[in-house]
Amino acid sequence: MTTSGSPLLEMRDITKSFPGVRALDGVTFDLHAGELHALVGENGAGKSTLMKVLGGVYPYPQYGGEVRIDGEARRFSSVRDAERAGVAVIFQELSLVKEMSVGENIFLGREPRRFGVVRWDELYSRAARLLEDLRLKIDPRTPVGHLGIGQQQLVEIAKALSQEARILVLDEPTAALTETEVEILFGILARLRERGVGMIYISHKLDEVFRMSNRITVLRDGRTVGTEPTSALNEAAVIARMVGREVGDIFPQADHARGETIFEARHMTVEDPNIKGKLLVDDISFSVRRGEVLGIAGLMGAGRSDLLMAIFGAHAGRVSGEVLMEGEPVHITRPSDAIRHGIGFVTEDRKRFGLILDQTILNNMTIAGLSRLSGRFVTNVNAETTAGERSMRELRVKAPSIMTIAGTLSGGNQQKVVLAKWLLTNPRVLFLDEPTRGIDVGAKQEIYAQINKLAREGLAIVLVSSELPEVLGLSDRVLVLHEGHITGEFTRAEATPEAVMSCATGHQQRGRMSELRA
Amino acid sequence: MSEQGPANEPPINRPPVVADVVPPAADVAGASQIRIGGFKIPTATLRAYTMVFALIVIWAVFHYTTNQTFLGPRNLSNLLKQSSVTGVLAVGMLMVIVAGQIDLSVGSVVGLAGGIAAMMQGRGVLFSLGSAIVVGLVIGALHGALVAYVNIPAFIVTLGGMLAWAGVTLGLMKGETITLTLPPFRAIGEGFIAPQLGTALAVLSIAAIAWFNLRGNSARRRHNLATSGLGVTIARIAAPSIVIALFIYLMNKQDGVPIPVLIMLAVAVAGAFVTQNTTFGRYLYAIGGNPDAARLSGISLRRHILSAFCIMGALAGLAALIHTARQGSAAPEAGKLMELDAIAACVIGGTSLMGGRGTVFGAILGALIMASLDNGMSLLNFQSYVQPMVKGMVLVAAVGFDMLSRKQG
Repeated sequence: MTTSGSPLLEMRDITKSFPGVRALDGVTFDLHAGELHALVGENGAGKSTLMKVLGGVYPYPQYGGEVRIDGEARRFSSVRDAERAGVAVIFQELSLVKEMSVGENIFLGREPRRFGVVRWDELYSRAARLLEDLRLKIDPRTPVGHLGIGQQQLVEIAKALSQEARILVLDEPTAALTETEVEILFGILARLRERGVGMIYISHKLDEVFRMSNRITVLRDGRTVGTEPTSALNEAAVIARMVGREVGDIFPQADHARGETIFEARHMTVEDPNIKGKLLVDDISFSVRRGEVLGIAGLMGAGRSDLLMAIFGAHAGRVSGEVLMEGEPVHITRPSDAIRHGIGFVTEDRKRFGLILDQTILNNMTIAGLSRLSGRFVTNVNAETTAGERSMRELRVKAPSIMTIAGTLSGGNQQKVVLAKWLLTNPRVLFLDEPTRGIDVGAKQEIYAQINKLAREGLAIVLVSSELPEVLGLSDRVLVLHEGHITGEFTRAEATPEAVMSCATGHQQRGRMSELRA
Repeated sequence: MSEQGPANEPPINRPPVVADVVPPAADVAGASQIRIGGFKIPTATLRAYTMVFALIVIWAVFHYTTNQTFLGPRNLSNLLKQSSVTGVLAVGMLMVIVAGQIDLSVGSVVGLAGGIAAMMQGRGVLFSLGSAIVVGLVIGALHGALVAYVNIPAFIVTLGGMLAWAGVTLGLMKGETITLTLPPFRAIGEGFIAPQLGTALAVLSIAAIAWFNLRGNSARRRHNLATSGLGVTIARIAAPSIVIALFIYLMNKQDGVPIPVLIMLAVAVAGAFVTQNTTFGRYLYAIGGNPDAARLSGISLRRHILSAFCIMGALAGLAALIHTARQGSAAPEAGKLMELDAIAACVIGGTSLMGGRGTVFGAILGALIMASLDNGMSLLNFQSYVQPMVKGMVLVAAVGFDMLSRKQG
């Protein structure tokens, strides 16, 4: 491994903004040939965005800063352009065509041809050689859809190598792999390192990072916290760098007087609808009291949203477990059951799961509680409007009128509309999944104030958030999930960012169980 | 940011809608209203008014090029009769499309239901007429169940239905045309209601419009909501009243209101009520607008999609009765391609094939525009091959206009 001389890749002062958010703010990163450089950080720290800049997904000048390969400045205009320069990015969402064979996928768009006619024999023999080279026992004529997710991931790597990639980016490559597949992958990565391929490895799993990487760079809030040789770090130090920020004063200090247990979930288990036998949530039990905010922390893929979706009766996978409202078991097989039993669910991704973007604020606010607000069969516009306008005032939705189309609102106001929709179903328990993602600080604070107000009024709240300060600042109690298991439970006093993050990364298998509550 | 890949989103178990097959055009949200001066107008509304204007232009042009026979009582009566079958179908189609579905089998169902009704004439009027509705309803329920519960895309289910039911019709009727013998059956297509009854109905509708408007205002006052001003209220009552009065006057100058037209109007009023004033209607729009959000809001997609297909089926049965009665006989190939007229009517009237947008008013307007083009071109002795060409161009132009206006907006 060579660490001297001009690095294979240099990224300097990379900036990238999305409307209202600065995703990358002067990130610096480099990579040497024959090195595996790990990139770690919380969700939303900017890792994937940085790799999209490198991979040409955001062509110049959609980002700022400089990308140099072999010391030469490059500005990629497309993914193809980046590929030609030897950069291959394997994203979390695989980009293979499931209906086509392994060989066709490897050479997609670059098929060996003569006079425009594909030379299938050459294609398949070259594909076979590549797979053999990686010691993969896969027939290149197999349709990709017939392979497991793990093998598909390995095919992606073969594809990247067929393009003579010198820089290989792996974004959470082991998320869907079994242990054996992980070992195969690591074997391949070790061989690639010997051949001088530079690799950028993004992962939430710190044990893997420490096992495989030469250096580690930590990103936080779109900035580089630092780059160090792996040997100079330990897991605790990395975690400290990942979270290292003060829980600011933006959280109105709330002391929720908690009442009796109103909601309880027992032994919730959810199977991945696409991968048989893979459990997204594995035997999770928890309860919430009236007036309590229960935070659920965890990294992406920990199963937080799956847990809530499953309780709500909306998960496509097989779900087992028991739900109790005020001690009574209730049977929930679809969202309408959940709503009837007093559960509200402000889902993540408001554009996809929350709003009907081309309908009015009013229609969006009243759709979930329509039969309660308006009438069983025939609607009553006046009753709806009265209720809607009251919500609009209480939540301070900023819009010209209640007939404004929801899609034209800012993210924060859209989120308030979704919150209003669920409050109008008159819930006793409210699930909030990433309630402040992608909204500005002002709107965030208003949502925080609402959460505290609702808890004071006796609503039980379950808050899922990737933003650690948010979970810690609002919750009376914090559960930490890691790969479908509860790895920690903390009271407000116990929940330090380091302790929670170390459970979330699986570093610590059993966080402090606080049995102090009477 | 976009670290949340689709692989990590919990998928929701639900039937397919168009949006799953055809990804929506870019920034649907920003496009759905247009700013004119200081006003933001939803494109759906703007589109409806544009189409009213287009209809008036079309009528004016035909009226003067046909030496003022086009809008004469006789031809107007004919024109409305011609639009009745497409109009009835378009109301059902609108609900199906709004829910993010499509029904391509409508024409074949019209053929089959009409054929069965004609074959059942021996068993009495009620049985014969009822059989058409029941046949339509059952087929609609079958299609709806396959879409909603087996998750087969509506396009496929109803494309299969279009072929299969046409085959069934051909087999049942053994390739022969059956003449209608029951006078009440024929009256559905060719009858008129007595002028006195027509006038009474008109007075009643005007009274109803006035009452609903006034009652609406007082209800808004009770809820402490802003009420519309006196001028607006008067205009809201006067405008439709004038149209109704004029319509009745013209029809009564001839033989009275044609029964098929009365049926179409009744279906349209009922359809408008269901889509705008019931929870069922609101849920259809929600399902078509964002199926995942609808599902998570506790709406049963399966039940509502099934219901939309059932309504479409029953209306296809009703349309079959009108069509058969107007023809005076049931032919094995009757109804062919009618689904396309119904879909075109919806689209011309501002319905989005992506689901979630469209009105009954627009769909009826679309049916009128299509019938006007047919009728006017026939009066002008256009070659028969020209007519479908013009209709096709109007359809594409209507949507093209919509797209262009969105880009600017």
